[in-house]
Amino acid sequence: MVDITIRKRPYADAVVTQRKFLKKTARGKVVKILRERYLRDDVACGIENCRECDGGSLPFSGVASHKDYPQGHFLLPDTNVFLHQMDLIESPHFTSPLIILQTVVEEVRHRSLPLHSRLKALITSGDKKIWTFYNEFRSQTAVVREDEESPNDRNDRSIRKATAWYNTHLELTRPVRRGQPKPVIPTIILMTDDAANRQKAKEEGIPCHSTRSYIEGLSNFDDLSDLLAATDSNDLPEATASSRNVTLYSDYLPMSTLVAGVKGGQLHQGHFNANQYNYLEGSVPVPAFSKPVLLLGRENMNRAVQGDVVVVEVFPETEWKAPTDEVVDQDSTLKNDDPDNSGDEEEDAEIDAEEAKALGRGRQEKTQSSVKPSSERQPTGRIVGIIKRNWRAYVCHIDGGSLSSTLSTSLSQQSVFAIPVSRLLPRIRLRTRQAPTLLGQKILVTIDRWDLTSRYPEGHFVRALGRAESKEAEQESLLLEYEVPYRPFGKAILDCLPPEGDSWVVPPKSSTSPDWQNREDLRDLLICSIDPPGCQDIDDALHARMLPNGNIEAGVHIADVSRFVLPDNPMDSEAAARGTTVYLVDNRIDMLPSLLGTNLCSLRPHVERLAFSAIWELTPEAKIVQTRFTKSVIASKAAFTYEEAQIRKDDPHRDDDLTKSIRLLNSLALKLKAARMAAGALNLASPEVKIHLDSAESSDPIDVEQKEMRETNSLVEEFMLLANISVAQKIQESFPQTAVLRRHLPPPRTNFEKLQDILQKRRGMTLDVSSSGALADSLDQCVDPNEPAFNTLVRIMATRCMLSAEYFCSGSVSKDTFGHYGLASPIYTHFTSPIRRYADVLAHRQLAAAIGYQSLHPSLHSKQHVETILTNVNRRHRMAQMAGRASVEFYVGLALKARGTRDGKATEVQEEAFVIKVFRNGVGVFVSKLGIEGVVMFKNDHKFDPDAYTISLTSSAGKEATIAVFDRVTVSISVEKDKNTQRGKVAMSLISPVNTTGL
Amino acid sequence: MGSRVEILNDGGYRSDGRRQYELRDILIDLTPQGSADGSAQVSHGLTTVLVNVFGPREPRLRSQSLHDRANINVEVLIAPFSTSEHRKRNRGDKRILEFAASIRETFEPVILTNLYPRSQIDIYVQILQQDGGVLQTCINATTLALVTAGIAVKDYVAAVTCGVHSTSPLLDLTNIEESDLPHLTLATIPRTGKVTLVTMETRLHIDRFEAMMRLAKDAGAVVAQEMKVAVKTRTEDLVKSMGGATEGAKLTEEE
Ligand SMILES: [Zn+2]
Repeated sequence: MVDITIRKRPYADAVVTQRKFLKKTARGKVVKILRERYLRDDVACGIENCRECDGGSLPFSGVASHKDYPQGHFLLPDTNVFLHQMDLIESPHFTSPLIILQTVVEEVRHRSLPLHSRLKALITSGDKKIWTFYNEFRSQTAVVREDEESPNDRNDRSIRKATAWYNTHLELTRPVRRGQPKPVIPTIILMTDDAANRQKAKEEGIPCHSTRSYIEGLSNFDDLSDLLAATDSNDLPEATASSRNVTLYSDYLPMSTLVAGVKGGQLHQGHFNANQYNYLEGSVPVPAFSKPVLLLGRENMNRAVQGDVVVVEVFPETEWKAPTDEVVDQDSTLKNDDPDNSGDEEEDAEIDAEEAKALGRGRQEKTQSSVKPSSERQPTGRIVGIIKRNWRAYVCHIDGGSLSSTLSTSLSQQSVFAIPVSRLLPRIRLRTRQAPTLLGQKILVTIDRWDLTSRYPEGHFVRALGRAESKEAEQESLLLEYEVPYRPFGKAILDCLPPEGDSWVVPPKSSTSPDWQNREDLRDLLICSIDPPGCQDIDDALHARMLPNGNIEAGVHIADVSRFVLPDNPMDSEAAARGTTVYLVDNRIDMLPSLLGTNLCSLRPHVERLAFSAIWELTPEAKIVQTRFTKSVIASKAAFTYEEAQIRKDDPHRDDDLTKSIRLLNSLALKLKAARMAAGALNLASPEVKIHLDSAESSDPIDVEQKEMRETNSLVEEFMLLANISVAQKIQESFPQTAVLRRHLPPPRTNFEKLQDILQKRRGMTLDVSSSGALADSLDQCVDPNEPAFNTLVRIMATRCMLSAEYFCSGSVSKDTFGHYGLASPIYTHFTSPIRRYADVLAHRQLAAAIGYQSLHPSLHSKQHVETILTNVNRRHRMAQMAGRASVEFYVGLALKARGTRDGKATEVQEEAFVIKVFRNGVGVFVSKLGIEGVVMFKNDHKFDPDAYTISLTSSAGKEATIAVFDRVTVSISVEKDKNTQRGKVAMSLISPVNTTGL
Repeated sequence: MGSRVEILNDGGYRSDGRRQYELRDILIDLTPQGSADGSAQVSHGLTTVLVNVFGPREPRLRSQSLHDRANINVEVLIAPFSTSEHRKRNRGDKRILEFAASIRETFEPVILTNLYPRSQIDIYVQILQQDGGVLQTCINATTLALVTAGIAVKDYVAAVTCGVHSTSPLLDLTNIEESDLPHLTLATIPRTGKVTLVTMETRLHIDRFEAMMRLAKDAGAVVAQEMKVAVKTRTEDLVKSMGGATEGAKLTEEE
């Protein structure tokens, strides 16, 4: 029996312990809030061998690494240190023992979730000496907010009080004893960058330092100085924060005004999206308007960075504008800005003029003719505040031009520009001592702040990733850029694997073996798997056979991952955090340890494996008569590639049972597909290319090829869809509140407006977007007999108008929004790839509970828990997709480079491309053979007709040609190295109809 | 999730500073209220309930009279501003009726009703302040009010709420905890271990159920002990004051 006690609270404490207040809710109701807290004297200080407290882990004497504290010290940082100096704290060079207050952890959580997660990870990693002190629950350190005191001041006071208590606590627990040497009492140092707080601490006799002055006293100052973030009160020794007062941006409105404005509808809240073609333009999708709010120019974008949650004010409708149709490249417009002198008025004026020109050009003609169709214009506004910053570490290059050349060999600190790899981010100014050595490297940089007077955000260097264009650096930067967790699995996680390791086998069949309990023996079924060549993680296998009654039994067998991944253990938590396996061209970042993925849960042939089976009885017309699910043991008879299965199926000389079963499956799949198409499923296209790697070691791509689709691809796909749909129905029935489902919302019609207009004007074609069925039909009509690739192109463009599919918890959304638009299915989930998708693991657990195999883990009964997990999984999926695409792009670049220099001499790579976008000074093209997009830019002005989507060019030879969207052109593709950033850039120029080199 | 309270943090503390198995402070006031035959005001933390018991007495309506035992009538009143949802609930409100029914069902088998045929026992429950565990407080206050009214009961009934955060059970939930966790309220007769009431408004996993029941039962014994001490103290006080009175009476006699 556990020890149950009653916590008594002394009456004198009531002021500190009880709070009653009235609060108005979002819906305007007044509610009474009651809170109390129980103060205690048994909250441990965390220092080992303390006379009064239990279970400490910090060294008894602190550490003596600081020159001012030879008797040893502990460090107690305030909230802002964690908000701004996390890179410093996380550095392996930073070894001071830390006391982290509950007040601080909670404040960090309140201010930034990502930083809170990093802080938590730091605390749990065990890499550092850290103790969390629950100061708000210890009677001597609990603090109540006083009247007129701001929450900030209250927290500061609470942090000071805790520091003072610690110092007293150490003195009291280590008293001077007669006849014994004087006890050594280490100091607890408060670290804060708030000068006012330091002043107060000094008055109260509390030892304190700013971050800079603290690390200056450490013996390894040199290792740490670059990591120091630039913050306002960072008492910089040099006068770099200087006295310029040119305000470039307007101040943000106070948070309360923002919140009230958004609530009242005068202001709008949303995520800031930068325009990848034009760094001076951004947009914010907000619920109140069907089109996103457009932000033009630096001033209106007001220091927002991609992903920030911002509040915008929308201008009156007369001031609404259309997006610019010009490519504005920040590297060329800003190439002359000097990081040390930004703010210099003359130069500012120059840049302002340059930027104004860039912004204005796109719009001039329109204002003259001023009769731009109102449909083109969209709400336009400016950012008046930031609700939440979404800053993280960005992969960058140092801008070589920003280095003062005379200093190239010195190691003194200088300001340089870091140019992020992502085109959606502004360049970042940072101060570093290592500038010359960082040139040509990929480095990680974080943004610290962005002042009113600074054109650029300021940041600091975190670490170097390696030489640009080296595979290691590029790969790691890709993973970082898309926030893919890629650390090797830790011991706690690997300990969750079966102790037998790769010698684990399905135990012999017996009534006592837990693995055979309630499991069907399907080892005799003719099951096979069909996958891409070289597939190591086989998570699905199939079978089909005729039944005596003329119907067909078909089964999909999925690796029984939930047998090995048990809820709530470290392996499960890690898989939930990773959300998905990430596939890069030459690498795979697994969601689960490879022992499971490529072995124990891989349904290899001729090996007994545990599976979760969905088995249907279907009529020969592929109508479902009956569906059942069971845990099973299978032994696959063969692992085919798509190609092998196809050949086998088509070989008239083969008539064995396995071949017959493939044919049966295929005939059913054809009917299933026909039925899906008739129901209005979309046949969408995305540019998929395959990279051939020369050999595993060099991993140099030799060529790029488009993926081939065979009948057998479709066979597998149909059965996976069928399994997913059947499982979705079952778990939704059993767990209406918490079933893990997947949906694809129908796209808003306005998304298609532009594409519809282009199709109408350029090809006289119409696109009916009233339903997915209508869209599917009209896409089928978009055919150009002379251009077989045209239809694919339209499908790609239509796909981009759609929303992306997402996982959701069935109890969280209204039932009429469950549908999957693209598949035209009223309900859907993911069940078939539990090795590489976490949502599937959850679906497995729910299905196992639904068929009574085992009881459902309590966490899967909690709507909130399921929602939290799925939100993360959705995000991971998006990131994984983008990382995969970026990896393909990188290799396409390498392949192009290789092709361009084949046989040792430079040759031009020419490819056919479709025009997909026309700008005032360029055209956007899509090279379907390589699956890449590019922009051809022109230096001179040309006749541009935005309404007809055309641009007319005159070649240097005097030949004139008009280029329109959907036209087929030939481009020359090369990879150039950007002189400043060392970044490989795909450059394209037109070869035909006109050669635009020099235009 | 941003500003949400952490239900159980890494240090093992709950949002109000208690640990998993710590109950909130219990305050018991058994001072008689007006003409009531027995009264008890009980607080578990900030949740406060006053129960007045009248009876056994003549039933107000003939039709309510039972020939072989007493009729138990429970009425619940929620004081305005006692609650976070501050909505006025009338006597006929469905939730209030359910609440009253739960209290009645809990005590019906405990009160020796056959000792009081053709009479009525009225239990008036006033919820003065709510911060989670309202039903548990009502039941505990009712037990004490019945005891102070001198009505024959088989034994003390003690109630405790128990919730589960992921896999960790928590005792005596606050409002924040109740709205976040699956939980149950369990009323037991600690001496016999008999359970007289289990209520659940949220789904609860079957594997957790048993462990929570066991824990809530153990906690019920702790609460009952606290209640017994309160009654004993009051009885001693009464005896003392009565003793004082008799002494005074003696004095007058002697005069
Ligand atoms: Zn201590």
